[in-house]
Formats: sequence, C-alpha cells, structure tokens
Amino acid sequence: MAENNKILKINNIEVRYHEVILVLKGVSIEVPEGGIVALLGANGAGKSTTLKAVSGLLGHEDGDITDGSIEFLGEKIHRLPAEQISKRGIFQIIEGRRVFDHLTVEENLLVGAHLRPSGLKERLETVYHYFPRLRERRTVMAGFVSGGEQQMCVIGRAMMALPKLMLLDEPSMGLAPLLIKEIFEIIQRLNREERIPILLVEQNVKLALTVAPHAYVMENGRIVMDDTSEKLKENPDIRDFYLGLTDVGGRKSFREVKHYKRRKRWLA
Amino acid sequence: MDLFLQLFITGIMLGSIFALVALGWVLIYKCSGVLNLAMGELTLIGGYVCLWLYQSLVKTMPLMTAFLLAIVGTLIIGLILGLLTERIFLRKMIGEPILAVIMVTVGLSFFFKGMVFIIWDTDTQVFLPRVFPIEPVVVGGVAIGQVYIWSFVAAMLLMVIFVCFFKYTRWGLSMQACADDEMAALSLGVSAKFVYALAWAIAFMAAGVGGTLLGNINGLNYSVSLLGLLVLPVVVFGGLNSVPGAIVGGITIGLLQNFAGGYLDGYFPGGIKEIAPFIFMVVFLLFKPYGLWGWERIERV
Ligand SMILES: Nc1ncnc2c1ncn2[C@@H]1O[C@H](COP(=O)(O)OP(=O)(O)O)[C@@H](O)[C@H]1O
Ligand SMILES: [Mg+2]
Repeated sequence: MAENNKILKINNIEVRYHEVILVLKGVSIEVPEGGIVALLGANGAGKSTTLKAVSGLLGHEDGDITDGSIEFLGEKIHRLPAEQISKRGIFQIIEGRRVFDHLTVEENLLVGAHLRPSGLKERLETVYHYFPRLRERRTVMAGFVSGGEQQMCVIGRAMMALPKLMLLDEPSMGLAPLLIKEIFEIIQRLNREERIPILLVEQNVKLALTVAPHAYVMENGRIVMDDTSEKLKENPDIRDFYLGLTDVGGRKSFREVKHYKRRKRWLA
Repeated sequence: MDLFLQLFITGIMLGSIFALVALGWVLIYKCSGVLNLAMGELTLIGGYVCLWLYQSLVKTMPLMTAFLLAIVGTLIIGLILGLLTERIFLRKMIGEPILAVIMVTVGLSFFFKGMVFIIWDTDTQVFLPRVFPIEPVVVGGVAIGQVYIWSFVAAMLLMVIFVCFFKYTRWGLSMQACADDEMAALSLGVSAKFVYALAWAIAFMAAGVGGTLLGNINGLNYSVSLLGLLVLPVVVFGGLNSVPGAIVGGITIGLLQNFAGGYLDGYFPGGIKEIAPFIFMVVFLLFKPYGLWGWERIERV
C-alpha cells in the first residue's frame, strides 16, 4: 500500500557529466501522491543534478544517467528525452529565476502552456489568483520586474503546464525574507489546493522543513539522511549544521569534531 | 532635389526587401546561434523557384493570379526546403564548435549555388511576361517604378505576417522563448530542434520572396545572391539578434546603397554601390559591435 502511492521513484541512480565526472553516486528518492518532499544539502551536493535527471534536462548539459532507474506513475522514464518527460507532466523550475527576459510576464505564462494550449484564459486566471502581483505586472517585460516577481513568474509559468509533478529548484535563492515567506505560503497552497506534488530543493532548511512533511539530505552526491521533517528538526546534525540551533562553544565531542570537518567542507 | 527624393523613396523600397531577408537571417541566429553565410543562396533559390513556377503557371491563367500562386508555391517549397536543410545538414551540428557550424553554412552556400546553376543555368533570366507594368507612378513629383512599389508592399506585408506570428501564436512565442533561454524553454516542453527547423523554414520563405522581388527588379542571375549577402551589413547594423534592428537596418542599407550609387558613382565609377554597405559595416563594427539593438548573448551555465 505504501509502495503504491509513490508517483515518483528514483532508484539508486548514478549520474555523470561529460561521461567522466561522477556527480550522483546512488541516489534514491520517492515522492508520494499529492505530497511535498524536500531535498536539502549544501552547494554542489548534487540537488539540481537530481532534478535534471528526473526532468531529462541533463541531456542538455551533456549529463547522463549511467545506472539505476527513474519511475514516474509506474513507467520508466530515465531514458526518455526531456520533451517526452514534459509530455508526461513533469516540469522543472530551474534555479535562478530564468524568465524569458524579452517576453512580457503574461507571454511567459503562455509559453508555460506550450504543451496544453487550450483553456488558457481560465488557467491564467488561476495563476493570477495565486499571484495577484503577476496580474498587475502582466504587460511588463519579464526582464524588468523584480526578483520576487520573476520567481512568481516562473512558478506560475510551470503551473500553466498543469504539472503532475513540479520540480522546484531553490525558489528562495537571493530573495528577501518576507518575500520568501510569501512565496512558500503560495507553494504550500498550490500543493494543497491544486494538488500538485512537489519535489522541492532548498538551502533554506528551516522553511523547507515547515512546508515539506518529509525530507532527504544530500551530501556529495549521496543521500545521507531521510526522515520526516519532525524527526529531522530534532536531529542534532541538522540542528547544528542547517538550523544553527545549538550554542557554539558548548561541550565538545568527537561527533562535533566530525561535524566541524564536514561543515568546513561545505563552506569551502 | 528630385534625384534625392527618387533615391530616397526607391532606397526605402529596396531596403524593405533587404529587411525581409535579414529578418530570416536574424531568426536563425536568435534561435539557434548559427551565423548563416548561405543566406544569399537561399535568396537565389527562392527567386528561381518562383520564376519557374510563374513561367509554368502563366501560360494557363492571368498574369497576377499566376504570380501570386507562384509566390505561395515559393513559400511552401521554401518551408519544405528549410525543414529539410535543418534536418539533413544542421541537426547533427548541434553543440559542435561555432566555427564548424559556420563552415557548414559556407558549404551549403556552394551546394545551393551549384544546384541552381545545374537546374537553371547561369544566364540572366527575367520574369516574362513582366509581372508589374513598366510605366512608373509619379509620387510627389518623382517617378517610381511600379515594381518597387509592389515589392515594398509585398515585403512589408510578409514582415507584418511574421511579426504577428511571433507575437500571437503558440509556436511564435515559444520560438522567442527559446531564443531567450533555451534550457528554460526546454523545461516547458518546447522542442528546441523543432524551433531550429522552424527558423530555417521561415528564413527560406523570407529569402525566397526577397529573391523573387529582387529578380523582378534586376532580373535573376548570380548577383541576386550577392544582394542576399547584404544581410550581413544589415544585421551588423541592426544587431545580430534584433528583429526591429533587421527592419531598420535593411532600410538603412537600401538607402545607403542608393545614395552611394546616385551621388558617388561619378567619383568612383563602377561598384561603389555594391561596396558601400560593406565599408559601412566595417566602420560601424569598430564603434558598436553589437549593433543598434543587439544584446550581448549572456551565457548562463
Ligand atoms: N554541466 C555540468 N558539467 C560538469 N559538472 C557539473 C555540471 N553541472 C553541475 N556539475 C557539478 O556537479 C556537482 C553538483 O552540482 P549541482 O547538482 O548543481 O549541485 P547543487 O544543486 O546541489 O548545488 C557540482 O560539483 C558541480 O560542479
Ligand atoms: Mg543547485
């Protein structure tokens, strides 16, 4: 039963760039129907690579899944080209707010509906319902709206595709805290009200753990932890390295020395 | 003053044809990053295809009907040739070094030229019977050949159609999106390969009609492909990836050519008309390497 309600299963995949650089070394992740799952980890851990492996965009960067498999709704998709994967309803929102600069906000949204070009009016209304700011800015070139609005624009653009699974890469990157809060609330509503399953990559661990009931922690191309958010919030490693909740200069132990080394590696 | 007006008006009209061809060139560059050096030959092919259709059709129907049908036929054949060219010669080059791709287009230019000469011979051919009446129309005191006026109308009409296509259709928007950020477009299910193919198809169509119009003005021979090569100064001026730039650039180069021919030919007899745009291009490059409206391509990794 628990097995059956997983819509996405990443089974022990290995990913290489340019046929030599091994970046993912056996990653397994599952996303349940209607759920939000967070994928956490420091810069360079391989989070974006994982998302690209699912969406097929790896091919565009000369990356390849060299081992393992990815199943979506019971079908193996890891050999399919990106266009075929989008046709099955998986859409990745690439990190870095990549709007189409020379199109207006509304035109950006329309391109999102490329694969489903009917019923555009209603869908635009839905997007504007969640992002009223986009309605105000709809005739402005997307290259000229604020960073927060660009992030809303790329999320709205993916909504236009009626995704069956949304892969969301670091939506909080470089945004002001209040704006991040606003966007995360909307992400949560999208999941609850529109029933869009989301695989969320984040470095803002605190927020990610509040919106996602389940999370994976990735380090150096491997999943090193995988638990419910409740448990992860209590986990001393997470508290220490991601949430900054333990007081520095307290008792020292071997574990902390190990952590310290790891942290140094993360910061490098 | 009359000479000035005459040169000015015909310059704009001639320039509109360059603008049309340049629009096709810019599209390929914007969407796929290919610097296409075969644009002149696309113009040549289009001109000959249209001439051939026209001469076959005109025997059985009125002149204008035959010509319009021939243009429609040229557009259709252009579309097919464009899709085929992309599929056969350029698809495999995706991701190869830019210089290699440019060399492929150089190879294509020789290939196309050779094909045209094999099929239609190298002699100058003209649209006979004449499509447009030879009597000039007097506008504001200057006489303008009707062929210029109709060429201008046709070029403008086609450009408006293309611009509407980009602005208001699903594939038009997706093409623009792909030109802006290919990976993001891909993430939404836009097929970059199909966008490249469409760009080539539209370029072939634009060049085909451009070649037809030039052929009506001067007759068809090898030199039409040299006129087609004028897209290079046009796009350097307007910006390699700007559609409005292509249009303004086309008209500017048309004017420049006409004025050079009208005023400087006495001092530098023969050829100044042909060289002027290229001199202009070299000088202009020194000052504004991205053209008037071009943007520097930002490579995002
Ligand atoms: N196109 C690429 N070619 C080669 N190496 C890459 C490429 N993209 C990412 N990498 C490498 O893969 C590792 C993981 O990158 P990425 O998945 O972007 O990490 P994250 O998203 O967790 O910050 C990094 O070491 C990065 O340098
Ligand atoms: Mg990343």
